[in-house]
Amino acid sequence: MMNCEQATRLMSDSRERELSIRERAAIKMHNLMCSGCRNFNVQVEQVGQMARRFARENDEVTGEPAEKEKDNNN
Amino acid sequence: MGDTILPGETKVEKSPANHLTDSVFLEDLRQQMLKFAVLQLDNEAQAEDAVQEALMGALKNVASFERKAALKTWVFAILKHKITDLLRYRQRWVDVEKPQGTMDDDSSPSVFDTRGFWHQADRPNRWAQPVEAIDDAQFWRVFEACLEHLPPAQGRVFMMREFIELDSDEICQSVEISTTNLHVLLHRARLRLRQCLEVHWFAEEAPS
Repeated sequence: MMNCEQATRLMSDSRERELSIRERAAIKMHNLMCSGCRNFNVQVEQVGQMARRFARENDEVTGEPAEKEKDNNN
Repeated sequence: MGDTILPGETKVEKSPANHLTDSVFLEDLRQQMLKFAVLQLDNEAQAEDAVQEALMGALKNVASFERKAALKTWVFAILKHKITDLLRYRQRWVDVEKPQGTMDDDSSPSVFDTRGFWHQADRPNRWAQPVEAIDDAQFWRVFEACLEHLPPAQGRVFMMREFIELDSDEICQSVEISTTNLHVLLHRARLRLRQCLEVHWFAEEAPS
């Protein structure tokens, strides 16, 4: 059984490389029982999107609203 | 120099690649960097060089930045890395050499216990309204502060990956680390950034 450190590492790695079927299955199994890692899985994606947004945003700090990104929270 | 504006013309602001040709912004940025570098290095000449190199490095990727704050964060990340290199180089004369090919600068306590499970207090919670946050200027200030608080090596590779969108191979080559080492750093950077955002933003209801 994978622990949270290993599970989050794989979730982070999934942004860097294609995970194997075995790895993806292990994450799914783990996440069935772990709300912390389920949240991490969503948030790691969101943080990546935020970073890209941060680099791109047209308006500086005044927060000119840009078009909304698709809600990834599912 | 080159600041002649013909009558009827307005200076183009906010065009992406213009930040490093905006002389006021640039000079201001350079001064801040210099102050920072001199403080760290205690050597004016080396500080000047490090700042210059960091600015040159940023020029190559300037098109990726439309936001001055992002550019500034990025330039400082490069500068920090250069300073770290210089300090390490100095230390070699008095210290035993560290193993090459790895970067590890995370001395913070782990969010995981000895068995690798979340510490109760560090377990990720559900974020309230993550989509709304991106429209909030205050959120981006928190985001920038969290980025700046990453340990230098983590911040640098994270920004290369998620800002500049370089792929793993390019990053490994440019900072001379292994793919495994890169993935470890990115994992830690993501854990930290996520935690920082949760503590400083998502834990409380975003002001709206």
